[in-house]
Amino acid sequence: MNWGGLLLVMILLSSLVPGLIIFALPEKSNRPRTFLNLGGAFLKLLLILVMIIGIYKGRHFAVRWQLLPGIELALNSDPLAALFSTLSTVLWLLTTLYAVGYLEQSPNRRQFFGYFSICVTVTVGIALAGNLITFLLFYELLTLTTYPLVTHRGTREALAAGRVYLAYTLSGGAVLLVAVAWLQVLAGPVDFGGQPVLASVAATHELQLIVIFFMFIAGLGVKAALVPLHGWLPRAMVAPAPVSALLHAVAVVKAGVFGIVRIVHDVYGIGFAAGLNLLLPLSILASVSIIYGSLCALREDDLKKRLAYSTISQLSYIVLGVSVAGPLAAIGGLVHLVHQGLMKITLFFCAGNLAETLGVHRISEMNGIARRMPLTMAAFSVGALGMIGFPPMAGFVSKWYLGMGALATGKMWVVAILAVSTVLNAAYFLPILIGAWFKPQECTWSEQVVAVRLETRWMLLVPPLVTAFLVVTVGLLANAQISPLAWVKLIVGREFGP
Amino acid sequence: MPDTAFWAVCLVVVPLFFALICFVRSDQAAVLGLLAAGLNALAALAMTVFFVRSGPLRYAIGGWQAPLGINFSIDGLSVLLVAMTAVTGLSVSMYARGYFSLRIGSAGEINRHGHQRAFFWPVWLLLWGALNGLFLSADLFNVYVTLEIIGLSAVVLTALSGKPAARLAAMRYLLVSLLGSCSYLFGVALLYRSYGILDMAALARLISPAPLMWASLALLTTGLLLKTALFPLHFWLPPAHANALAPVSAILSGLVVKASFYLMLRLWGDIFAQVLPFAAYVLLGVLGCGAVLWGAVQALLQKRLKMLIAYSTVAQLGYLFIALPLIRLDPGSSAWEAVILLIMSHACAKSAMFMAAGSIFLKAGHDRIDDLAGIKEVLPISSFAFVLAGVSLMGFPPSGGFVGKWLLLGVSLAGGEWWWGVMLVIGSLLAAGYVYRVASRLLVFKVTFFSRRQSIPPVMEWSAVLLALLALLLGLLAGYPLGLLEAGSPFPLHACREVMP
Repeated sequence: MNWGGLLLVMILLSSLVPGLIIFALPEKSNRPRTFLNLGGAFLKLLLILVMIIGIYKGRHFAVRWQLLPGIELALNSDPLAALFSTLSTVLWLLTTLYAVGYLEQSPNRRQFFGYFSICVTVTVGIALAGNLITFLLFYELLTLTTYPLVTHRGTREALAAGRVYLAYTLSGGAVLLVAVAWLQVLAGPVDFGGQPVLASVAATHELQLIVIFFMFIAGLGVKAALVPLHGWLPRAMVAPAPVSALLHAVAVVKAGVFGIVRIVHDVYGIGFAAGLNLLLPLSILASVSIIYGSLCALREDDLKKRLAYSTISQLSYIVLGVSVAGPLAAIGGLVHLVHQGLMKITLFFCAGNLAETLGVHRISEMNGIARRMPLTMAAFSVGALGMIGFPPMAGFVSKWYLGMGALATGKMWVVAILAVSTVLNAAYFLPILIGAWFKPQECTWSEQVVAVRLETRWMLLVPPLVTAFLVVTVGLLANAQISPLAWVKLIVGREFGP
Repeated sequence: MPDTAFWAVCLVVVPLFFALICFVRSDQAAVLGLLAAGLNALAALAMTVFFVRSGPLRYAIGGWQAPLGINFSIDGLSVLLVAMTAVTGLSVSMYARGYFSLRIGSAGEINRHGHQRAFFWPVWLLLWGALNGLFLSADLFNVYVTLEIIGLSAVVLTALSGKPAARLAAMRYLLVSLLGSCSYLFGVALLYRSYGILDMAALARLISPAPLMWASLALLTTGLLLKTALFPLHFWLPPAHANALAPVSAILSGLVVKASFYLMLRLWGDIFAQVLPFAAYVLLGVLGCGAVLWGAVQALLQKRLKMLIAYSTVAQLGYLFIALPLIRLDPGSSAWEAVILLIMSHACAKSAMFMAAGSIFLKAGHDRIDDLAGIKEVLPISSFAFVLAGVSLMGFPPSGGFVGKWLLLGVSLAGGEWWWGVMLVIGSLLAAGYVYRVASRLLVFKVTFFSRRQSIPPVMEWSAVLLALLALLLGLLAGYPLGLLEAGSPFPLHACREVMP
């Protein structure tokens, strides 16, 4: 194994090993556990930085492990992998900090943090997967490692949600397995990041390739929560807030969307997929999800459920951007992969703070809450405004590129979808903000945090503030050389380049 | 200078010898049994090493040639199955050591438990020796002898539990086993009548379609299908496997059914492959599909943990039969590799699962699935072993089950008969269903009081979890065992390639 390959393996081990050690530690040893968690997270961040610097310098990291002829596990560091793994790592660090604060005094933390670390390992594995079968491996493992997190509370409701979650994701995984196997039979092993190889079999197997494409979308669409495969997501909200945050921003739903991006960009290739007329149905599916998710969000009074439906809607921006088949829209979609993660995790952190500090779960209880928790609500407002697409937040940049991309390819209806969606976003986020900041308090809250100097525990407060800061920063500095946007332009430039 | 043949002979002689000693010195049975298990594992390792060095081998014991003497034929498949038996057998033996040392119980029970301990070891070693003999034998009559020993000792082990249900199940098992052996023996007799020879390699060259040949094939196959419990001939398996003692269940489900399936592979994959029509393979494949569906649905309906695991064995055996038409379909060797991987990974996973279930049974005092919530708090390692083994049975990556399923899926899609592959995928979803039924209760956090606070020796928990881990890692390391297969070239792998490029 070369040094570059070792780096990729180390990136995976930096969270896997702490996770395994945590399982071996006794329940009571909180300090070593926190130390391992944060130490692993920092180490992973450091290793990712090394990798990114390497990629800037034009180095390529890869490692392969052959199980049998034709079955090869591969890790690979193309720019898209770097984008997603960086996002996962940064948000893992913050979520870990948040989770330590959130779960203080709650039982069974050993299991929680153990699975949490392994879950991040698997997510980064999805990011770094160098071919379809490696992707499939981590994608399936993600189902298994997130299940204990979703059902962590062990209540009847949590178990029911877990059952629905497994039923959806395992079926999706089965469809994906067949699709991957079928494609491999037709075209041989498919590596990411190289030249798409399907064009050579298209002449003889066009129909099969079309069917396989939609099997991929069906398999990945379950985790990406594309309507009508989204049923598990709102139910999975029974999970503790850090889990919801991670699930919605990086781990599960992003794995699905990331997979769709991989399929369209790296397996089929945009030009080839467009040639087979595959992208129009995909963008219609995404548009339906965008509108439907927003409409459902409008109806929900439960804050976390509203956020969940908003996730369904926002995720489909990414799919839409990829399927519009123009470079600008692709930039908008891919950069939303990062931006949506930052904004959504902020919102979930804040929702968790409200629930944990004041026992507030419903939007109708939130009137006047900004006076009690100004910092939390400020972060929430940044996230919400970003989601709506106010400049200069991150969400604006995404929507701008999406809109420009749609115009550039002459798809006016996509612009219309974006406009309607923006109005709907505003309709379900602005009333929350107005109520929280400007209306008087209506109901009494049950104070659950014993008087501290800040509005809540610092471990709960810092992560949303940091992510809210990032939401503004990546929007303001979108044109800087190290922003996500610049990185995405690099990726898209390679894809659409000569 | 010891060589492959020496170790092969050891693999049969050592267990038989120790079985005798255990029988005589029943007070020292556990120690002697463990010693024998260790020696067996060493011999299997040594044979594998020598096999890698010097390749496949035929060996006539004592220099007596075919018609009179006993011949061994050692190829990649034999070596792999002997190694699988050694690994699983060693784990089960360590588990059994803990298991029998634990069961002291009340004054009335002491007698029965002492009796169980005294008989388990000699019979288990006898069974082990016969298994090794079966995998190594070169001719069909010696195979019959070993098959008969395996059947009878398995029945004795089943009855060892002493409970009425177990005795009933053992009786039924005995009748089925004898019927199967008779049918097999008739088949062998007819073959001998036609060809005057029973050596497998020689028969493979001689076989030609003739009424007598068809009759003998039908008899051989019926006997083996009865013993392998292929749906709808599986009726005897669940009660026998579920009511036996935990280490016995692990042996029966993990190893014993594999012995008769191994013979099916030899007969249908090699000896009779040239004359059998594809439709016959399809028939077995369809029965396999029936087994996958029926076994899984029954497993989903069971209330008792061990019954669920036993029905899961019925379903998993279905996979192996689905692989038969694919072996015929496949121009390369992936279907072969897949079926062997499935056999090995099921042996490890299923034994581990029964062992974990046995620990849970002892701890909780019952195995009603609905009342097991919270057992994780008192038996974390065993619960983990159960779930790990379950993941393997579901065919989740990176387990051996996954790689096997993946290979078969590829073969079925490439051959245009995609329905076999889809059946495998449906089977693993159903498996996920019944594993989930148990896992969701095992893993949930709940404080429950378990009345029988028996402390489980660590060796019982760890032997299960290590075996389950092995099943899981088998996928990642699949290249090594399957490499042996290529080296030995036990089957017309390469011949097939030449016929159908």
